[in-house]
Amino acid sequence: MTSPLFSQVFKNMENFTPYSALIGGVLIGSSAALLLVLNGRIAGISGITREILPPWNNAVTWRLCFLAGLIVAPLLYQLFGGHIVVQLNNPSLWLMAVSGLLVGYGTSLGSGCTSGHSVCGLARLSARSFAATLTFMFTAVLTVYIARHVIHLGV
Amino acid sequence: MSKNLSALFCGVVFGLGVCVSQMINPQKVLDFFDMFGAWDGSLAWVMIGALAVTGVTTRLIVQRTKPVFEPNFHLPTASCIDKPLLVGAALFGTGWGLSGLCPGPAISALSLGIPQVYVFIAAMLAGMWLFKILKVG
Repeated sequence: MTSPLFSQVFKNMENFTPYSALIGGVLIGSSAALLLVLNGRIAGISGITREILPPWNNAVTWRLCFLAGLIVAPLLYQLFGGHIVVQLNNPSLWLMAVSGLLVGYGTSLGSGCTSGHSVCGLARLSARSFAATLTFMFTAVLTVYIARHVIHLGV
Repeated sequence: MSKNLSALFCGVVFGLGVCVSQMINPQKVLDFFDMFGAWDGSLAWVMIGALAVTGVTTRLIVQRTKPVFEPNFHLPTASCIDKPLLVGAALFGTGWGLSGLCPGPAISALSLGIPQVYVFIAAMLAGMWLFKILKVG
């Protein structure tokens, strides 16, 4: 017997995967901790990616190696029996282009994305990362609300 | 050489985390943001797991005199919460909410042969490059 409030809050219980999410999070945190202790670098994916683009004024090689690791990881995961689902409800390429532009320009102007601000920055107790995390989480929730429930974009 | 190998290894571990946690699935991400609809809170646990590791280790690591393979740490020095930070984060959040893709998972997904991901990454690189040339100019 579940209460109405319980079923209201946990409408999507069948998709709730806290254990795999927790293990994945520990892996992401471990990667960030290792990159810091071994190379003295913040595992900020947007910053690492931006610095491989011209004009070059920073080391490029280690960044390319990190990104290569990111790219081969799903293949390794599948090789060892892992199952990957990538579902895009609205497959519009225009939507992807607008989203990509906003993510690329926004993370550059805002000095980081989820990894740099929310995984590394919050751990360093950075006030900037705290403000950035609140801002992008809030705007993402707002965007999904408008896209799904107001203008019915089909995302 | 060592620092390139360690970066490669860290990239693999990060990418595996993105796969295991299902952050690589844009639908999963958008369901997490859909707090007024069919909310799926799973991805909060990604943050909890990641911060459990970095929250404990970061403090210990930066007490070292230097990292293992480099002469010194490269840490951000800015401390002021300024307009570019907040505007940039707001633009990023809007883009993330439109597709469910953020840079790490999207780059990992490049190996899966999905046209939408190629377009997203091309546009993301264009946005980053635009910022760089506007800043130089």
